[in-house]
Amino acid sequence: MNSHDVIIVGGGLAGLRAAIETSQYCDTAVISRVHPLRSHTGAAQGGINAALGNIEANKDDNWQKHAYDTIKGADFLADQDAVEVLTKGAPARIIEMEHWGCPFSRTAEGKIAQRPFAGLGYPRTCFAADKTGHYLLVTAYEQAVKRKVKFYDEWFVTSLITDKGAVKGLVAFDVITGDLKAFKAKGIVLATGGAGWIYGRTTNSMINTGSGMTMAYRAGVALKDMEFVQFHPTTLYPTCILMTEGARGEGAYIVNSQNERFMQRYAPKAMELAPRDIVARSIQTEINEGRGVKNLYVHLDIRHLGEKKIMLRLPGIRDLAMDFAAVDPIKDLIPIWPGQHYTMGGVDCNAKCETLIKGLYAAGECSCVSVHGANRLGGNSLLECVVFGKIAGEEAAKYARTITQDDTKESLLRDSLNAQKDHVARFYAGSGDEDPSIIREEMRNLMVEKVFLFRNRQDLEEAKAKLKQLKAKFSKLRPIIGYKVYNLDLIRAIELEEMLELSEVIVAGALGREESRGSHVRLDFPKRDDERFLKHTLAYKTPDGPRIEYSAVRITMYPPEERKY
Amino acid sequence: MSEPQKKILLRIQRFDPKMDTEPHYDVFDVLVRPRMTVLDAMFQVLEKQDRMLTFRYSCRSAVCGSCVAFINGKQRLACNTQVSTLGDEVTIAPLPHIPVVRDLVVDLRPFFNKMDLIKPYFEGKDPYPEKEFPQSIKDREAIDTVIDCIDCMACYSACPMSWTNEKYPGPAAFLKAARFINDTRDTATAERLRLVGCEDGIWRCHTVFNCADACPKKLNPTNYIQQLKRKTATHKH
Repeated sequence: MNSHDVIIVGGGLAGLRAAIETSQYCDTAVISRVHPLRSHTGAAQGGINAALGNIEANKDDNWQKHAYDTIKGADFLADQDAVEVLTKGAPARIIEMEHWGCPFSRTAEGKIAQRPFAGLGYPRTCFAADKTGHYLLVTAYEQAVKRKVKFYDEWFVTSLITDKGAVKGLVAFDVITGDLKAFKAKGIVLATGGAGWIYGRTTNSMINTGSGMTMAYRAGVALKDMEFVQFHPTTLYPTCILMTEGARGEGAYIVNSQNERFMQRYAPKAMELAPRDIVARSIQTEINEGRGVKNLYVHLDIRHLGEKKIMLRLPGIRDLAMDFAAVDPIKDLIPIWPGQHYTMGGVDCNAKCETLIKGLYAAGECSCVSVHGANRLGGNSLLECVVFGKIAGEEAAKYARTITQDDTKESLLRDSLNAQKDHVARFYAGSGDEDPSIIREEMRNLMVEKVFLFRNRQDLEEAKAKLKQLKAKFSKLRPIIGYKVYNLDLIRAIELEEMLELSEVIVAGALGREESRGSHVRLDFPKRDDERFLKHTLAYKTPDGPRIEYSAVRITMYPPEERKY
Repeated sequence: MSEPQKKILLRIQRFDPKMDTEPHYDVFDVLVRPRMTVLDAMFQVLEKQDRMLTFRYSCRSAVCGSCVAFINGKQRLACNTQVSTLGDEVTIAPLPHIPVVRDLVVDLRPFFNKMDLIKPYFEGKDPYPEKEFPQSIKDREAIDTVIDCIDCMACYSACPMSWTNEKYPGPAAFLKAARFINDTRDTATAERLRLVGCEDGIWRCHTVFNCADACPKKLNPTNYIQQLKRKTATHKH
């Protein structure tokens, strides 16, 4: 029996930051589906926000202004007490990462450099060239290694074990050997990242299948605000590889086929630095109205920044553009279109990362605290990972230390393990001849066709019906290869089951929300409707699909106002 | 109106050490799509032809290092290698000189365990100041690119000393040591120089530059190993 005081599921920045915290107080393990350094945090490019006031242009910046920008960016759906925790905590958490060695870019005075980012009133985004996520991930991993955190690399968690409203452990299998095992834990932190792979067009890693969200959902925790899906305006055509917002922060233009900087028609003040939801919709509108290049994409133009600045500040995206689109941004335009980028919704938790289940915490992209509301600002996701990763770690350790009596019944662990063994056995046995690859492709295309930037009731109803069909097909799956060692067929089937479940929740939330707010735009309800929908969507699992409830948004500082840029 | 679709031959090494006595190659016809990467081709095989095949993947944008393999005789990331650059036949094998788990999946543990030999984490000056450790733009430049290593193991697999000497930390570990030693904020230089300068350390490097040739991030571990040798020789303890 594997047993730990606290188990953290996920080895990205939020999980590692949680592990750094808990390992000071109790026995900690990180279970990760990939080696932690392969986590999706490493793909984050542009930076991490904090009101440090490190440059002339942001001297009078403060956490309140950061909070205001975040709340306005969120189209007033964020919980403002949580945003306060995020923005107040930001400077200390970033200084801490610097103290642990993160190689931030520097100002002439030797301070952490800061650049403008979309939707921010001040240049507030601390960065390390255009590979900030990679460097933060490596730094956090090094510190976790230093603290001798126990890592279970390439273990895939399939379910949580709970009893009387408290978490008791989890079931996972070793991808290398295929062996299923039950783990006992007093506290568990979910830090499994987003669910971008549900969409056929996404910047996300292929491992971002939302597994922590599904686990919590199946255990009875609500998923919050899942209809809010961020589409990044500048992803490479056609692979959807991210072209950082930092490019626009450094002064990039976005132009249509007529070489027009069309953002002047959508956000005359902020131009290219309007928030992501607005720029993404503007790009898609240009393409839809025939001003895209070949009616497919528009161009990101950084040529005027010059070779020196590009090599200093944006070397990574130059490499990506050359490798994946065969263009050199120093002299060529970069073909871009919007793609899924971030899951604003997630496991319902409060500003202490606590969920409905005692001992179960969530942090990072898989959680919904909520600090991002209806639209996340660039530079706030890495920040969320370090601020709430630490808090989740603290709270989980605190909780674990209150449990002095081990009352977990062996039979509970055994039954949970056997249930998962049966589940896997059913995959091996098969129940029909449906091909999971085809179901996956249909689901991913469906979500792009019907549940993307512009939504309406008819499309969403069609998506709902089609998802039902896909789930029915999934229940008649061909036998999964019965092979133990590194079985991709099995892993991908389990992930598909999770993604189908989450797709349903996204669609249910989008159908219920008859308004347009942040990333969620209903063409049939084009206005924000504070009277009816200034509230969070909560989706609970039932045998007949998600049951939707709503909860109040906590507004402590800034009352809702019109969102203009 | 449809053009005849171009196909290539994908030869993939198959091996399960628990079941097979030796590796063999399977050959697949793969339909080429525009801008197809080797990783795309591998997925086409997995989804359409052979669901037993196994390999690692994650970011598919050359930042995570998961999908590194021995592709047409060279260590490369499958995700940023365009099929069109390789001709009509593509041969994929696991990274050489690393124990195979199955097919293209190799054992990561030896590589990461050897990282521990060089104290693979930052040590700042105690007590930490309230603000960031100051670092000039020029000092920060000293760690440019060396911090870009993605731990994909390409260099480790290409290094002849790593093939034969189990105690040799390897190019990536030395690169990481150099990353800290060149960082003006780090305080463990003396200890790290002692660690890398040990009997099975940097002096074993044969300076054949295989690691630099193999690196998909165009880093040059050999240069840093040479730099470490100079620093070890001149450092005042």
